[in-house]
Amino acid sequence: MLKFIIKRFAIAVPTLLVLITISFFLMQAAPGSPFTGERNLPPEILKNIEAKYNLDKPLYQQYFLYLGNLAKGDLGPSFKYRDYTVNDLLEQSFPVSLKIGSVAFLFTVIIGVTIGTVAALKQNTVLDYIIMALAMTGVVLPSFVIAPLLVLIFAITLHWLPAGGWNGGEWQYMVLPVTAMAIMYMASIARIQRSSMIEVLNSNYIRTARAKGLPWHVIITRHALRPSLLPVVSYLGPAFVGIITGSVVVETVFGLPGIGQHFVNGALNRDYSLVLGLTIIIGALTILFTAIVDILYAVIDPKIRYQ
Amino acid sequence: MAHLTPEADKKAAVSNFADALENQLDNSLEIEGRSLWADARMRFFRNKAAVTSLIILAIIGVLVVVGPWLSPHEFDAIDWSYMAAPPDMESSHWFGTDALGRDLFVRTLMGGRISFMVGILGALVAVLIGTLFGATAGYAGGRTDAIMMRILEILQSFPFMFLVILLVTMFGRSIMLIFLAIGAVSWLDMARIVRGQTISLKGREFIEAARVCGTRPSAIILRHIVPNVLGIVVVYASLLVPGMILFESFLSFLGLGVQEPMTSWGALVNEGSQSMEVAVWQLAFPVAFLVITLFCFNYVGDGLRDALDPKDR
Amino acid sequence: MSLLDVKDLQVHFSTPEGDVTAVNNLNFSLEAGQTLGIVGESGSGKSQTAFSIMGLLAKNGRTGGEALFEGKQILNLPEKELNSIRAEKISMIFQDPMTSLNPYMKVGTQLMEVLRLHKGMGKEEAFEESVRMLDAVKMPESRKRMTMYPHEFSGGMRQRVMIAMALLCRPKLLIADEPTTALDVTVQAQIMELLNDLKRDFNTAIIMITHDLGVVAGICDKVLVMYAGQTMEYGTTDEIFYRPSHPYTIGLLESIPTLKTEGEILPTIQGNPPNLLNLPAGCPFQERCSHVMDICRQNMPALETFENNRRRACFWAVPEHTTEGASL
Repeated sequence: MLKFIIKRFAIAVPTLLVLITISFFLMQAAPGSPFTGERNLPPEILKNIEAKYNLDKPLYQQYFLYLGNLAKGDLGPSFKYRDYTVNDLLEQSFPVSLKIGSVAFLFTVIIGVTIGTVAALKQNTVLDYIIMALAMTGVVLPSFVIAPLLVLIFAITLHWLPAGGWNGGEWQYMVLPVTAMAIMYMASIARIQRSSMIEVLNSNYIRTARAKGLPWHVIITRHALRPSLLPVVSYLGPAFVGIITGSVVVETVFGLPGIGQHFVNGALNRDYSLVLGLTIIIGALTILFTAIVDILYAVIDPKIRYQ
Repeated sequence: MAHLTPEADKKAAVSNFADALENQLDNSLEIEGRSLWADARMRFFRNKAAVTSLIILAIIGVLVVVGPWLSPHEFDAIDWSYMAAPPDMESSHWFGTDALGRDLFVRTLMGGRISFMVGILGALVAVLIGTLFGATAGYAGGRTDAIMMRILEILQSFPFMFLVILLVTMFGRSIMLIFLAIGAVSWLDMARIVRGQTISLKGREFIEAARVCGTRPSAIILRHIVPNVLGIVVVYASLLVPGMILFESFLSFLGLGVQEPMTSWGALVNEGSQSMEVAVWQLAFPVAFLVITLFCFNYVGDGLRDALDPKDR
Repeated sequence: MSLLDVKDLQVHFSTPEGDVTAVNNLNFSLEAGQTLGIVGESGSGKSQTAFSIMGLLAKNGRTGGEALFEGKQILNLPEKELNSIRAEKISMIFQDPMTSLNPYMKVGTQLMEVLRLHKGMGKEEAFEESVRMLDAVKMPESRKRMTMYPHEFSGGMRQRVMIAMALLCRPKLLIADEPTTALDVTVQAQIMELLNDLKRDFNTAIIMITHDLGVVAGICDKVLVMYAGQTMEYGTTDEIFYRPSHPYTIGLLESIPTLKTEGEILPTIQGNPPNLLNLPAGCPFQERCSHVMDICRQNMPALETFENNRRRACFWAVPEHTTEGASL
């Protein structure tokens, strides 16, 4: 098992390096420098600025400089917010995104798995049909559609919840954003869990468990639940990516001070270093998370562990 | 549709199976491949939800293509007398107008053109890259295959939306870039599927015959493998379309996709959400089109999957 | 009182195409320690008979008739009462040992949970008892095997685990549903030998469900030949093997390869079993029967008792050599 974990992380490191390298050279391949657009800067000043950001050095030197700084945890200065480094901007915004993202992710998984399991256990009953109809609707409601709808219904019309803002992360301010981020993936997980649970319940080893005289609830919890989770576990990676991606939209709609706003503003303002830094951070998170998911999969499925 | 009417579905599946058997006996002289497809087609057309969805999609498709010509308004023309006007038959602003007085009916359908185009072009790019990559990996096997699959694995754990935003940051916002980016993102699954198909084809006699004749591997892949996997590839490509539409809408919603005065569903949803307090229709129409389209694509996708692999529920 | 008395057992399935009768008026009885073979092709209803006794039918299945276990009706019992019989008094082993063990649980855990549930044993006691049972089914390195997962076992070894699991509570009746079908021939022989030993050691009655007459000959006292859900012939193993009376049984016996048949074409029973959804009027075997008569196409022959306790359902006269005292 330990060997498996080490091996899995050994793959994660080069993956991250590839991501950084691709992102970095894409940036270099972009036409012009990020400052060319600005009001006719005198050439000397442009030169000074470029020197400040190391843009005058040969490419490979820039690359290794960037890698070196990255290893120290330094993402460099922002190209647009002149007085800030990317780290400064992240320090303020990352905790907000992390909080809302992890809450949304937990809700997605827990509720998705629960209602999927309930639907499977009540297969072909009215409850099952209702859950599945809702899930089928849920999977076509992306965050950028559901977010304005939620605001329209619960904030503007019913006045139950605030339409936006963060207010230090009070729960009222989190309900709508979390819901908007979670719904689509919750619905997908519910559908995956339902069909996988049904398949497991029809399997031969569940029949064996019944023949052993085990009570139904023991069969579900001890024999069926673990294997039924495998498809959901392999969907956790894409769900995670989807939820962070959705967070960009949700943060924009609700005006939350997370990394999403920096991403969008950075992209609109061509703030290379900011977008590059954010991409790398999110990439690293994703890669780390996929590694964890793979390990989790191996914990559940002994066949993978022993390979 | 398996998720809504399992009883009817089961019934259909059983009778389909019987019919399929009968068919097989009837066509026992025909080649295996064809009856398999006929079988899947029949199963698909028995699936009411999928067929209804397909019809709705066709209607939306036709509307998107011809609709803008039916309206007297241009998508970017400003009607000064109707700013942010609600739907109105007399002025022929059937869906109302936006804050600038542009006709929403035409704009929604123009947005639809972008979405369908993204879907089709994105699918083409995905099919092209995915098929070649997958067929090569599957045919080559061994070390090459292992390396190519590792590359695929690495790519799959990338947060692509962010890479695309990075691209947009650097190369400016353009629709071509988005087509390419979306295609480039979506080929990964395609490559996996094609690889699997190729591996199962590889052992077949006609491939072996080609190899014995000394045909070069590249020719075997292009002339023998690719045509044989194309059918399944096209079907799976259609499953990718909703994801691509979603991807483009997402970017446009953030203002990183299609640029003014051109528009797309994502951009319209964004504009609508700015003004939904006073002009709900500006949000309602684009949302309805987007959601219904995605909904239908999902049902068609489910129908196709069930038709091709009836065991998979 | 017999250990198990099955009277007019019926199993129906409701399908979208209509009701299917998988088992039709089956009668047999079994004494403690006896072995009954139920023989038939796939779809003959032999497995469904077993499932109905265990209460393991698919959701759309219904049972009718009686199955008296120690005088108590066990058909259509509530799940809770069934659970006190399952594994404790009646156990079952299945056709496919590869998928019948939970691949995500250690073998030991799967064994121990039976003892902990039915016998209320503690962890250690259950562990020791499980190891003893693994030894009894001749599992090498049984202690080590307890902490292993099913995928680390071969097919034969998994079936040994299944058998051990079934015998943990010393049940009075073991139902074996084609226990050797999925295994290699040499392993098949080992498993049959094991079952024979265990039957003697534990004095367990066995219902052996199989399509393999070789298996029947090795272990069974009585044989029930089923076709399309109905009894064709019922008698002792010797009677069935040496003096078969039903054309179907005769056909089955002729299609067993022997050492003498080398180089010859093995006789087979022509055709396929009938569609249960659409049974012909009369005898279900008529299409494939070499002695078919007009009456067979109109009426189903009744199950008649002849000689002592033999039963058969056929209009064709009992062949000469079948009657008692005929020399072979």
